[in-house]
Amino acid sequence: MSLSREETARLADLARLSLNDDELARIAHDLAEIIDYMEKLAGIDRADVEPLSHVLNTVNVYRDDRAEPSLSQEEALANAPDRQGEFFRVPRIIDTGEGSEA
Amino acid sequence: MSDNINARLCHMTLHELHDMLAQGQVSSREITSDVLARIDEVEASVGAYVTVDREGALSGADAADAAIARARRVGDAAEIGAVVGIPVVLKDNVCTRGMRTTCCSKMLEDFVPTYDAAVTARLRAAGAVIVGKANMDEFAMGSTTQTSIFHVTRNPWDPERVPGGSSGGCAAAVAAGEAVAAVGSDTGGSVRQPASFCGVVGLKPTYGRVSRYGVAAFASSLDTVGPVTQDVRDCAIMLNVMAGHDERDSTSAPNAVPDYTEYVERGVEGLKIGIPKEFFGPGMDEGVRTAVERAVHALEGAGAKIVDVSIPLVEHALGVYYLVATAEASSNMARLDGIRYGHRPEGRSGMDVADLMSASRGQGFGMEVKRRIMLGTFVLSAGNIDAFYGRALRSRRLLKEDVERALAQCDCLASPTAPTVAFRFDEEPDDPLAMYLQDIYTTLANLAGVPAISVPCGFADGLPVGLQIMGRMFDEGTLMQVARAVELTSGFDRARPEVGGCVK
Repeated sequence: MSLSREETARLADLARLSLNDDELARIAHDLAEIIDYMEKLAGIDRADVEPLSHVLNTVNVYRDDRAEPSLSQEEALANAPDRQGEFFRVPRIIDTGEGSEA
Repeated sequence: MSDNINARLCHMTLHELHDMLAQGQVSSREITSDVLARIDEVEASVGAYVTVDREGALSGADAADAAIARARRVGDAAEIGAVVGIPVVLKDNVCTRGMRTTCCSKMLEDFVPTYDAAVTARLRAAGAVIVGKANMDEFAMGSTTQTSIFHVTRNPWDPERVPGGSSGGCAAAVAAGEAVAAVGSDTGGSVRQPASFCGVVGLKPTYGRVSRYGVAAFASSLDTVGPVTQDVRDCAIMLNVMAGHDERDSTSAPNAVPDYTEYVERGVEGLKIGIPKEFFGPGMDEGVRTAVERAVHALEGAGAKIVDVSIPLVEHALGVYYLVATAEASSNMARLDGIRYGHRPEGRSGMDVADLMSASRGQGFGMEVKRRIMLGTFVLSAGNIDAFYGRALRSRRLLKEDVERALAQCDCLASPTAPTVAFRFDEEPDDPLAMYLQDIYTTLANLAGVPAISVPCGFADGLPVGLQIMGRMFDEGTLMQVARAVELTSGFDRARPEVGGCVK
């Protein structure tokens, strides 16, 4: 199969991944080749087989909802690339008609 | 081994050093200093580390020496823990509180964890000395350690060759005497293949055996955390410390943890070892085939019964693996958006939040990570999910059933770990698909969840060859037994590379 530039760009958008033209072209080519290889699986696929998503027989694990020691606010913010006081800082999400860059 | 009396401390095994520490023949400070000196000697030619914490290591060594002295004073030398005072290195995707943990990615170049991973905490609590962090392929995606943003790691056996990957820094460090033992992670072979290339022991434990809490997630249904060591006894000792239930990892298994060292010297008399015929087809180097066949023959000589088994679908394991692994990776990598931590792009005037995330990820991730996120996004996207991801999950069950059928006829399976010995940097294929073939023998254990160990079994063209032994769920004990028998019969004899002008 082949992937068009538009299809590849749409995937990159879904993945929130900004790619330049070279990267788009290279990935489109590589994906097409890898996907062709994966097509071999069609030969063993059987509709009556239950999908296996997890190898252990564990079921959902619950625990009591009790407060335990956790990170302080300062620790939680320690790796923030941008912060303002006690908040992570990001560009404005809601357009109020006033300036844009936070 | 008796001839080790004159060996440098940095080349001695964990259990040899432990015995000397417990008897007061050496201090952890002396061991740790020798490991640090070894790093100074050879690191320029090996490049196993991305972070070395000299001060932390030496103060950890002093704390261990104080604890050992206390135990000896009250006559409790037998109670000194097996890893107290032992210098270890952790792969750089294992969180270390206060010590940079980068996954060797620009995305996390400045990330300093505020907490320890479960394995880090267990090793610290057991008294191990953490020397630093080992180089790896970016986010563990690769088989050569070349996708690291920092530098390449060279194989201590031949600086023109790759160490394997993604835990290449761990395996090279242990082989070169830059750490006594290491902790790596294995999603499709990332502990076993570099162990094979560098002539050391690497274990992928049963899924759920070792907590992944605090280890950067790659593919959550496949990820495991395992030790890299100089010999099989050391592997059992490290697993004793690392294994066990952890309620912070919901996939952690509650099964009791045996003392794995008890299995090491049991021998293979009466054990049935299966040889999956499909693993010995074309595509394997002749030198690897010869070394592996010789090792299997030696196991037979040691009393094991060799039986032929079949895993008919194994040729599909790689396809299933790359579908499952990339789908899960694309989901796991979504958390890396540069908001709460991670790379924040410059020049972001006029960007909205979505642009900011896309730019952060576009700049923060290298090519292989981008390729896998894109493949994972493709296989999970509307219109493709059943044809690709659904098909992979159904095929995964068929593969697991194949493995279970084979393991019902024997106690474990033996095969090569990798189809080749360590290859030259200039031999690395440009084609990602050809590169993925490195994982052809290893991915099956991750898909089925079973444990698998790589143990050096001989040489081909002067380079180490690893034998892989795969076992039943939670039966790491049998792997220790068989791997130890390989050690005793293969003639590899814990050989060490000549690097930095210092030979064992």
